[in-house]
Amino acid sequence: MTHCLQFESVSKSFPGVKALDSVNFSVAAGSVHALLGENGAGKSTLLKILSSIYRLDNGKLLLNDAEQHFRSAADAIHAGIAVIYQELHLVPEMSVAENLFLGHLPCRYGIVDRKTLQKYTLEQLTVLGEDIPPSTKVSRLPVAQRQMVEIAKALTRRAKVIAFDEPTSSLSDQETKKLFAIIRELKNRGHMIIYVSHRLEEIFEICDAATVLRDGQCVETFSDMSKVTSNDLVQRMVGRPINDIYHYERRPHGGSALEVRELMGPGLAEPASFSVEKGEILGVFGLIGAGRTELLKLTYGATRATAGTVSVAGKPLRLTNPSTTIRSGLMFCSEDRKKEGIFPLRSVMENINLSTRHSLSVRGWLINERRERENASRQVEKLIIKTPSLRQLIVYLSGGNQQKVVLARWLSAAINVMLLDEPTRGIDVGAKSEIYSIIYDLARQGIGIVVVSSELPEVLGISDRILVMREGRIVASLLRSESNEERLLYLALPPTPSSGVRSAV
Amino acid sequence: MAIVFVVLFVVISMFVPNFFSWINMSGLALSVATVGIIACTMVFCLAAGDFDLSVGSVVACAGVLAAVVIDRTNSAALGITAGILAGGVVGLINGIVIAGIGINALITTLATMQIARGLSYIISDGKAIGVRETSFFALGISAWLGVPTPVWIMIVCFIVFGVLLNRTTFGRNNLAIGGNKEAAHLAGIAVTRTKITTFTMQGLIAGFAGVILASRMTSGQPATAQGLELQVISACVLGGVSLTGGVATMSGVVVGVLIMGTVQNAMNLLNISTFYQYVASGGVLLSAVLVDRLKQRSRV
Repeated sequence: MTHCLQFESVSKSFPGVKALDSVNFSVAAGSVHALLGENGAGKSTLLKILSSIYRLDNGKLLLNDAEQHFRSAADAIHAGIAVIYQELHLVPEMSVAENLFLGHLPCRYGIVDRKTLQKYTLEQLTVLGEDIPPSTKVSRLPVAQRQMVEIAKALTRRAKVIAFDEPTSSLSDQETKKLFAIIRELKNRGHMIIYVSHRLEEIFEICDAATVLRDGQCVETFSDMSKVTSNDLVQRMVGRPINDIYHYERRPHGGSALEVRELMGPGLAEPASFSVEKGEILGVFGLIGAGRTELLKLTYGATRATAGTVSVAGKPLRLTNPSTTIRSGLMFCSEDRKKEGIFPLRSVMENINLSTRHSLSVRGWLINERRERENASRQVEKLIIKTPSLRQLIVYLSGGNQQKVVLARWLSAAINVMLLDEPTRGIDVGAKSEIYSIIYDLARQGIGIVVVSSELPEVLGISDRILVMREGRIVASLLRSESNEERLLYLALPPTPSSGVRSAV
Repeated sequence: MAIVFVVLFVVISMFVPNFFSWINMSGLALSVATVGIIACTMVFCLAAGDFDLSVGSVVACAGVLAAVVIDRTNSAALGITAGILAGGVVGLINGIVIAGIGINALITTLATMQIARGLSYIISDGKAIGVRETSFFALGISAWLGVPTPVWIMIVCFIVFGVLLNRTTFGRNNLAIGGNKEAAHLAGIAVTRTKITTFTMQGLIAGFAGVILASRMTSGQPATAQGLELQVISACVLGGVSLTGGVATMSGVVVGVLIMGTVQNAMNLLNISTFYQYVASGGVLLSAVLVDRLKQRSRV
């Protein structure tokens, strides 16, 4: 095999997480290779290694039998690799032509040669069957055409390997057909194509081979798609033993903690209703983009709802902003710790006390340093937060400990309901297990808990009941006893009428 | 920075004649009073990740307005109130436009800076407005225990706003907003309201500083305090306040103000021409932020 892209025992670790663990597979020239896996299975890490955003810790990346050592994105481009991400990397306020040649504009005596630029661009666009004037600003193009510009950009850079990350997520059926025609054309011209998608029917339509990743490991590579069923793929994607880091115990629950009725707002496709009882843990599962975070933020009042009501412990709230919901005992812990959780340059103590200090302070405004210190040290002890001192800046703590500090912020107050968005993202197994203990502890105290998670085993492991979301809708509510990995994943995946997967549930 | 200031102070005391004398010390303190008072509230704006360029013009506008009102009514109290309130109005507008509507602070306060400057020329018809009402001069010219009143006011401001920044939820909320705006919103801090309050407070204090300055000059002068805003921001930055928000201490601001005043005072005593003084002031600021950046690099 002369023309191919090979991953040879590629490994990559992040602090506390093994993102890729000796992954092996190869993509032949003139073929489309699918990359499958749950959220967090390692697909995007693999793509980022390919485009040299990350450097691999171990293993080799070979292109046409030559080992590649990328030091910068430019090296990867030079080697003929192009990754087309879900969020396209184009400069919106520049013209199509300028975007195609970004970084290597044709010049004459240091001045951009507009005529040549125009000519090349037209050539490339014609190849793709696109009729876009080269001087159009990218911001004026619809998403499908922007994607074509990305593909044209890859071709102008003479890319041999083209990787697509969820390319059809925002395309219509018609546009998808056109994209597939172009992918087939690229394949016939001998390009190596990697195709990442959650949509199984697309995999069967366009791909020649498929590799399934799970927890950073390569589970299996199927080289002949005609002998594979979607059931095979799904089972490979989820079928791992659940080792018990969850230590779930049944506990009594009852009485309304949270009641959400016909809540509507940005990110949801239809009004959402759900409820949580006191002491109940409600899991929310869905793929990225299913509207889970949006639902929590609407409930919390961080995003303004256009319709609907939220009641905490039987009392309806006026949904205005987080400061009122916090006062009613409804708390929200964001999935994006860095962007929406911590105050990096403030101390552990301040990060803990920030939201609830009105209850610790003198007459609501004058800070009582002694009470704040007492509260902070009590929380640090209770949640076993590892920090050299209360004055330590939070940025210097590990991810798991930062997460515990953010949790401690909410535990300092009187809580009725806790909304947790991906509470264990990016933290190691030990810390995860500790966070679960905290969650159970809260539930035992009669607090209603909503946990959003992309990790199937986690949702199954800790929830009493599970909501499944898909494309901005709540599509199912299952009891713990009714749930299993396959069932949840089938419900969460976009409908696949052709393959008949959903009717199998 | 405190150590830098002490070293600087000792060295200058030893080598610059007449520096370490009571008269010069009180003169030095008086010379930084306006900058110092305004820096007390500017630090809140900076802590929240914004800044306010309109303060220099507000100082002029408030002074002129106070002088005009006193001229018409013969009441110092009315004039002082009018000056302070005028500053508050500009601050409130800044706050609403920046926090409520979401326009960039640079653009907003650049605009109100020009508007306030224009208004002070319009109100005064371009001329200095003299004040005859002598009770008005108590604010700027009197002294207590040998220390000029404006210096006392500055000291009180440092203490009051220091407590406000460190010891109240309002102060800490400002720092949290500057540290991570999104997290602050989700943590239940009323971001918009806090910012509007901060800008209004900044306007009121700038107005007050303008009235004091007018009292010192016994007149409202429309062209005064040009570039004051940059001196105030420089003093804060010298004191270790982060321009991107989230990091600020009042003790730092005090040191920053003192360093600026000391350097300027020493240069005056040494008869260094103002042309060179500009270069030196810029050099001091640049080296201070460079040192700060190096310190951060070594830490992370």
